[in-house]
Amino acid sequence: MPSPSPLLVMRDIDKRFQGVHALAKASLEVQPGEVMALVGQNGAGKSTLIKVLTGAYSRDDGSITFAGQPIAFASPMEAQRGGVSTIYQEINLVPFRSVAENIFLGRERRRYGLLDWPRMNAEAAEILRRFAITVDVRKPLMDFSTAIQQMVAIARAVSFQAQLVIMDEPTSSLDEREVEVLFDVMRQLRAEGVAVIFISHRLDELYQVCDRVTVMRDGRTVMTRRMDEVDKLSLVAAMLGRDVEAVRSRETAFAAATGRAGGDVLSVEGLKVGRRVRDVGIEVRSGQIVGLAGLLGSGRTETARAVFGADPADAGAIRLMGRAVAPQEPADAIALGVGYCSEDRKADGIIPDMSVRENLTLAILPRLVALGVVDETRQRAIVETFMKRLAIKASGPEQKIRELSGGNQQKVLLARWLCADPKLLILDEPTRGIDVGAKAEIQALIRELADQGLGVLMISSELEEIVEGADRVYVLSDGRTVADLPHAQATASAIMAAMAHAGGASENADG
Amino acid sequence: MTVSTQSPALPQRPSRIAWAAQQRVLIALAALILFGALRYEHFLGAYNVLSVLRYNSMFALTSLGMAFVIMTAGIDLSVGTTAACACVVSALLSSYGLAAGLFGGLGVGLVVGVLNAFMVTRMKILPFIATLAGMLIASGTGLLLANNQSVSVSYDTDFTWLGQGDWLGFPVPGWIAIAAYVYGSVLLNYTSFGRAVLAVGGNEEAARLMGLPVDRTLFWTYVQSGLFASLAGVILAAQFGAGQPAEGVGWELFSIAAVVVGGTLLTGGVGSVANTLAGVLLLGLIFNVLNFENGLGVISLSAYWQSVVRGVFLMIVVMAGSGAARRALRTAAGPGG
Repeated sequence: MPSPSPLLVMRDIDKRFQGVHALAKASLEVQPGEVMALVGQNGAGKSTLIKVLTGAYSRDDGSITFAGQPIAFASPMEAQRGGVSTIYQEINLVPFRSVAENIFLGRERRRYGLLDWPRMNAEAAEILRRFAITVDVRKPLMDFSTAIQQMVAIARAVSFQAQLVIMDEPTSSLDEREVEVLFDVMRQLRAEGVAVIFISHRLDELYQVCDRVTVMRDGRTVMTRRMDEVDKLSLVAAMLGRDVEAVRSRETAFAAATGRAGGDVLSVEGLKVGRRVRDVGIEVRSGQIVGLAGLLGSGRTETARAVFGADPADAGAIRLMGRAVAPQEPADAIALGVGYCSEDRKADGIIPDMSVRENLTLAILPRLVALGVVDETRQRAIVETFMKRLAIKASGPEQKIRELSGGNQQKVLLARWLCADPKLLILDEPTRGIDVGAKAEIQALIRELADQGLGVLMISSELEEIVEGADRVYVLSDGRTVADLPHAQATASAIMAAMAHAGGASENADG
Repeated sequence: MTVSTQSPALPQRPSRIAWAAQQRVLIALAALILFGALRYEHFLGAYNVLSVLRYNSMFALTSLGMAFVIMTAGIDLSVGTTAACACVVSALLSSYGLAAGLFGGLGVGLVVGVLNAFMVTRMKILPFIATLAGMLIASGTGLLLANNQSVSVSYDTDFTWLGQGDWLGFPVPGWIAIAAYVYGSVLLNYTSFGRAVLAVGGNEEAARLMGLPVDRTLFWTYVQSGLFASLAGVILAAQFGAGQPAEGVGWELFSIAAVVVGGTLLTGGVGSVANTLAGVLLLGLIFNVLNFENGLGVISLSAYWQSVVRGVFLMIVVMAGSGAARRALRTAAGPGG
């Protein structure tokens, strides 16, 4: 529906961080009263583009026109006053304060110079009634469900007389029914002439509520289409930067499956954890690398964490080394021979100011302790063995780990689990943020470890890694296992087809 | 209107943390007063009531400033030594009259408060460390100015009226404390500054994203705490007729205890001015009750027992409060469950 005057035009936006392009000639156009979907892989530049719009970042080049005027907001607050409101993925409100307060913070209604509580409460209730929500607005926000809290955030945003509301993954913490309420609200906003930019990783949602979609990749806008003119397959292909034809016509397998698989080290059935994991089934044998593929938010990491006992499962059966278990804590899983290298090396993995030696032996420290004292001779021997075996480049065992390169830090983390002699190693994005050379080394190392009998569950967003590395691939979508592909069938196109949840997935399942 | 009406059916979660805390401290205070009134003949006599108020007004003032700081999820360790330093300065200036002593003392609070606020908001130093620095600076300055001894207050002017005088039959320090608490209560509940204090303490990042003046709010909170502490110091000088540089030790801890007993969370975002006052009175009355108990002659407890009893009270209140806070935070965090 081309309209003579678009509400928002962002043209040729450039943004560099330390010389690296985060945005390169990115463009976005939104009509009044339109719901525009903004999609892309992690790091595609969606958030950066939004932050440039709302003034959280300044742009290096390009122009923004909003409601006919060229604009350059200096801060999110200024953008809000100018008619652009943003709702963040995390609910950025104050849980201890009342619903009414959260709506009016920063622009309180006053009477005789003092706060006019009756009026604020009445107006807050009125605003929420527009969204068919009737709650006691005097109660603290945290008394209410996440959905209501999200609605309050939206009500706050809209009550600033916004002409454009940006929603950055607002559905990630909502259940299906709550998502429906949110969609009703979005449709109502559209009916009132308010434009919405909707960022979501759940493709199905886009089709329910969006008019058009803009796809970003590598800081560029690669596609803008009407939602009803684009199918999920081409959407996924555009996000991943693959040829649609390549997605349709499957390419040949890279290599024959190794097929040295031994006994089961892990089997998961009907796993359910919170809202992210609904029904996941996977199986890992010793000597096998099993890839776990899926788009962001499909429940990959959450599945891994449940197996490791970091987040106890709500339902389903987990068998480790053939024993039915329900790990409640990582220590339970570790005792059974499971190791877990998390996605975020910096946050959950390394302890930056400790030495390589200390970082490497953290997981087996209890075993190195005799009479309350760490047996340093044994510790040093273990550290030297693994530093040699994994070719960890450091000036010595005493070097602080933060001084090492990303690849070498990752090797230390691998070594941390390997020296505990695990049967199953879970690797969440093992090569993220690591340079090409080190990446190949680590991939080779993972293969070698599997050949020696280790079971590996590898989560990766990089299709090549899954396609080339995994002996068996499970594809998750929206918290469910949607495909189980042996190596020979696990092509990029098959995996993408499964991610898009389009026809092909079920045919390939159990192949 | 296209929206369905199913949303009100979404479950509401019970967690009334501030409310429970409010009940707790008021019930405890009422029980203690009842106990004293039934057991001791002169407990509710005018003399006892007025002297309790006269003495505790100083703690009430430091605790009020502290309450606002703690509501922002900060801490102010400098209130005790700020009071001591202000006490010395106002004693030194007391011969020039009431106004000189009063404003000289308040000047100390202003300087220490601005210093703390500057360190917290501009240099981004943690409040614990920043106000620890302020505490040491104020303490040293007070001792230097007083030559490490008591400074006598001039009785030639009306300065001592601030601490010893009465107005309408009620102690002047009591009036000052009441005025301060009315001011504090209005500030917290009926101005946007008060709401900003709670928003910053409840979720600083959210407050920033909402465009609230986070740094300005923190700045005035610390300055205000310094001013109330120095006002307490001025009253101290006027009440005891001496500027005592070594007084005020431990006042910051008493204030923190009173604020916490009053149901304000150390993690910020929740708090009440009235309950802070109740917390001050509760802790103050424990001392008073022990004095009466000794007066009965049945037992003879040393004054050190007050500290033990206060500690036990604090422990009980904090234990009861932390359970409620944990429950509340769990519900607030909520998605997985």
